[in-house]
Amino acid sequence: MKPLTATHVKYFHLCQRKLWLFDRDVWMEHTSEAVAAGELLHQTAYPQRAERYREISIGGSRIDFYDPQRKVVHELKKSNKMEASNVAQVKYYLWLLEAHGVEGPTAILEYPKLRQTQAVDLTAEDRARIPGELAAMRTLLADETTCPPVINKPFCKQCAYYEFCYVAE
Amino acid sequence: MKKTYYLFNPGRLSRQDNTLKYTAYDEAGAEGQTRFLPIEDVADLYVFGALDANSALYNFLGKNGVSVHFFDYYEHYTGSFMAKEYLLAGRLQVAQTGHYTSLPKRLVLARKLVEGAAFNLLKNLRYYQSRGREVGAEIAQMELYVAALPHATTIAEIMGYEGNIRQTYYRCFEQLVRVPGFTFDKRSTQPPQNELNALLSFGNMLCYAACLSQIYHTQLNPTISFLHEPGSRRFSLALDMAEIFKPLLVDRTIFRLLNKKEIQPRDFVRELDGCLLKETGRKTFVRVFEERLKETIQHRRLNRTVSYQHLIKLECYKLTKHLLAMEEYQPFKAWW
Repeated sequence: MKPLTATHVKYFHLCQRKLWLFDRDVWMEHTSEAVAAGELLHQTAYPQRAERYREISIGGSRIDFYDPQRKVVHELKKSNKMEASNVAQVKYYLWLLEAHGVEGPTAILEYPKLRQTQAVDLTAEDRARIPGELAAMRTLLADETTCPPVINKPFCKQCAYYEFCYVAE
Repeated sequence: MKKTYYLFNPGRLSRQDNTLKYTAYDEAGAEGQTRFLPIEDVADLYVFGALDANSALYNFLGKNGVSVHFFDYYEHYTGSFMAKEYLLAGRLQVAQTGHYTSLPKRLVLARKLVEGAAFNLLKNLRYYQSRGREVGAEIAQMELYVAALPHATTIAEIMGYEGNIRQTYYRCFEQLVRVPGFTFDKRSTQPPQNELNALLSFGNMLCYAACLSQIYHTQLNPTISFLHEPGSRRFSLALDMAEIFKPLLVDRTIFRLLNKKEIQPRDFVRELDGCLLKETGRKTFVRVFEERLKETIQHRRLNRTVSYQHLIKLECYKLTKHLLAMEEYQPFKAWW
């Protein structure tokens, strides 16, 4: 079984259909201008960053910017529109770090375009919630024949999967 | 937006830094004009003339996901250089294979493909019928074949109906193209026997290559097909897809080219016992075909304008959804 990643967690909170497709390697990101813009932001927002922080791989996920001295995860986002799923993704990083023996890690969500940051901590509730969520995800993904339905949200139009999901006939 | 480049003239294509450099040769082999094509701008290359290139160029094209399609002197499609597949999806491939190996599943898809193709062929005929051409008998005949499709129990039978539908359709050609100097008689290939057949062969190949390019940008495997038999030398899924789009992309282009006299008998060369397009004719055809691919329609489901070229990709998405048991495949039927 493939390991679940932070991207899985993010999609679980965003759109379970996207999660199901992503897990089957049906990717659409290469067609999306929004994704390309996000990547560009990543490369250009903090040019000095690569020197101060490290990229680490942990439990199948990759944290782009981690400060090992202060035990802070930095996660860069284009906008805070999808705040819930951004927070879920970052909390999963913290949960992974704890599971790997790091004590008291914290995180900062950074929105350079908005000139905002947001501190994220792992709470006791999160620690109780995450294992259950991972199990629910495994069940959902193991079902070969039932892709979750389209969610019909306004933000679907911005999604790289929009045409895939909504095209018919 | 990335563009398709067609190379007709002999020349040398090479990499210079991170750009493509094209140097034309004249008949004596002396170097002529040099052009630079920014790699970000290139979707794929269609090569009709003699092209010199080295492996450094192909490495560069491969890294940038640019495919190169080759056509021989007789305008036959001979093969493609395809960049390493960059969208691999193991489970989708397993599903795609499953839909080929299981006859009931394969029949469903094969039928839908022919049904879509037939619908679009009929669309062309009805358009001309509304303009006073007498094609009523052929339409009725084709409808009978379409009605028989659900009863077909083998792929060969479905292919048979497909053949019958096309033959009936081609019988209308002389009605549709009322231009002196162009008679049709019957469909002939390798080599095409007359001008209309030469146009059809050339157009069908362009359509095939356009489908292949779109399939490449999806997770589908281009060698596993449902209507056509997967062949070892052909990306046969592109043949399946092309069935649906040939009536709109190729046939309509031909009718326009001839009825507006953009291509004339002097654009062809008769040789051996066949008939081929001259370079002038090929250039005109390719230009109009490209215009056609870029032409947009308002998609009634997506509420977006999409180009004909993009419709091919949407078709791939629908097929993907069918293979993953998400939604039954409904072939594209022109609704306007």
